[in-house]
Amino acid sequence: MTELIGTLRQQPWSLWWIQFRRFARIEIRRNLITKRAWWIYFLAFVPAVIIFIHLLIDRHQPSSMTEDTNVLAGIVQFYYVRLGIFFGCLGIFSRLIRGEMIERSLHYYLLSPVRREVILLAKFFAGSVSSVILFVFAMTLDFVLMYIGYGGAGQDFMLHGPGFGQFQAYLLVVTLACLGYGSIFLLLSLMFRNPMPGALLLWGWEAINPVMPSLLQKFSVASYLRHLMPVSVPAEGIFALLTVETEPVSAWVAVIGLLGLIAVVLVYCCFRMRRLEIRYATE
Amino acid sequence: MTGIDTIRFDNVSKFYGEVLGVNRISLTLSPGITTLVGPNGSGKTTLMNLMTGLVQPSRGKVSVLGLEPSNATEFFCNVGYCAQFDSFPRGLTGFQFVLDTLMLFGMSGEDAHGLAAEALERVQLDASAAHRNIAGYSKGMRQKIRLAQAIAHHPRVLVLDEPLNGLDPMARAESLSLFQELGRQGMHVVISSHILDEVDRVSDRVVLITGGYLIAQGNIHEVRQEVRDKPMQLFIRCDRPDLLASKMFAVNHCVEARLHADGRGIFLRTGDVDQFYRLLNEIAIEGAVKIEAVAPFDDNANAIYQYLIGSDGSSL
Ligand SMILES: Nc1ncnc2c1ncn2[C@@H]1O[C@H](COP(=O)(O)OP(=O)(O)O)[C@@H](O)[C@H]1O
Ligand SMILES: [Mg+2]
Repeated sequence: MTELIGTLRQQPWSLWWIQFRRFARIEIRRNLITKRAWWIYFLAFVPAVIIFIHLLIDRHQPSSMTEDTNVLAGIVQFYYVRLGIFFGCLGIFSRLIRGEMIERSLHYYLLSPVRREVILLAKFFAGSVSSVILFVFAMTLDFVLMYIGYGGAGQDFMLHGPGFGQFQAYLLVVTLACLGYGSIFLLLSLMFRNPMPGALLLWGWEAINPVMPSLLQKFSVASYLRHLMPVSVPAEGIFALLTVETEPVSAWVAVIGLLGLIAVVLVYCCFRMRRLEIRYATE
Repeated sequence: MTGIDTIRFDNVSKFYGEVLGVNRISLTLSPGITTLVGPNGSGKTTLMNLMTGLVQPSRGKVSVLGLEPSNATEFFCNVGYCAQFDSFPRGLTGFQFVLDTLMLFGMSGEDAHGLAAEALERVQLDASAAHRNIAGYSKGMRQKIRLAQAIAHHPRVLVLDEPLNGLDPMARAESLSLFQELGRQGMHVVISSHILDEVDRVSDRVVLITGGYLIAQGNIHEVRQEVRDKPMQLFIRCDRPDLLASKMFAVNHCVEARLHADGRGIFLRTGDVDQFYRLLNEIAIEGAVKIEAVAPFDDNANAIYQYLIGSDGSSL
């Protein structure tokens, strides 16, 4: 054990940190400012557009605020977590490594004096920053557009009512969803040339997960996030089939559980990254 | 030998699934210019990728100056590799491309700028081009900027995959003299080419591979000799193969003969191809045997022969 600590101490951590930052900067520069990702922006801002239209035509009776709060919860739980962030992260994270293989530029990084683990984690970080900024911004916009129409009542809800707490919870959900799905899609893209079939399987898995035994639920991102939702959406119609009451789990346990899952996935990503070979010919 | 100043392949094989990349390569390279020569698909790129960790050996061990690519920080301070892929990260100018890599070494921005400018000067890419987007570069300029990126950090080992491809004669000469200069400074310069003629002048050592096998290595004269000494099989279509055989066996460099099934051709194995062709010409002129066609039968030998002795290496 002391030996391990000794070895860890001897590693050039400060150099790795510099490399990590420079690498992440290169990545973010290329990730955030790209027109190719238009459909991801589309995914992120569709609810804002709909809520904006609603803002224009709805009369915003104070009595409908509860209903709107439920709608917003549904948008986060069913739209963002299941669709928007899911496929947005698929686009962002599976491009990080696989995209550079397709463009045949990955070898430049593998030939740089940067450990592959550092490359991978820096890329993951860059993907996380990009996706979190995008979806947090979109979600904030949804929130504002949803309550602004209520004028003073909306303001009151935000500042003195439960609004702000809900907003914080959604921030956490969105951030964790980006990190969780991001890590899994990064791994899928390292394992398969086309991550799409794997992603669709995962999508199905996440959808049926609520009815799974609680052990299996530990391997699903959405099931952790469900415990963090501030407002539980009343199940109706088809959603009722998918919503099964599970034993309540405290928010902390859910957060730590999900972070643990992300860590495990990233460790395995590093392992795959170390064995990655450049074979563009077969891409 | 400690391997501190050499590049070593220890019985290295690489398979891409079922496909053979290279097989049982054992090789020790000392400083200077080494050229890997072989036709397309012979395993040159595979050897270079193995050297730099872009692929891992299926069997055996590779070490460069006693370092392993998994220790990236130290390894790539010492090694620069200009791969054959003519592609770049999107949206960069030539200067940014070189600078981005240098910044990853942990040096200050000022040092990195200095080294980038120096590298661009070494490859003689003019300054205005360096600040344009790579997307608009000509093939020759792209080759130069990739070379600049590989040498910018002053590696001790420089690996260049087909570095003369796509260069005009002028740029070729410039590149070759740059390689020579680097070799004289005690660097390892490993170059690959499928045309021996264009690199034999500057090479201290030639390594010949075909079909994933190492055929010969040494200085250019040794390699030529080694290839000449290897018996080579030729197929001759003629009206009287038995007579041809007896005439051939009268001189002792013909080591084996086998009649073709249809009786109108013969396989001959010879240890001295030049002598063989001279004799065949004499027989043809004599007129006793009507010779219709002559072709090297052995594919490998054919390739090597064309590479080293014939002139038509480029068409392969
Ligand atoms: N990624 C790959 N997948 C399958 N086969 C490959 C791959 N890369 C190279 N090969 C095979 O390995 C052999 C050697 O190829 P290569 O090293 O590229 O030769 P060279 O550089 O001399 O043209 C060839 O037969 C080639 O088809
Ligand atoms: Mg090649």
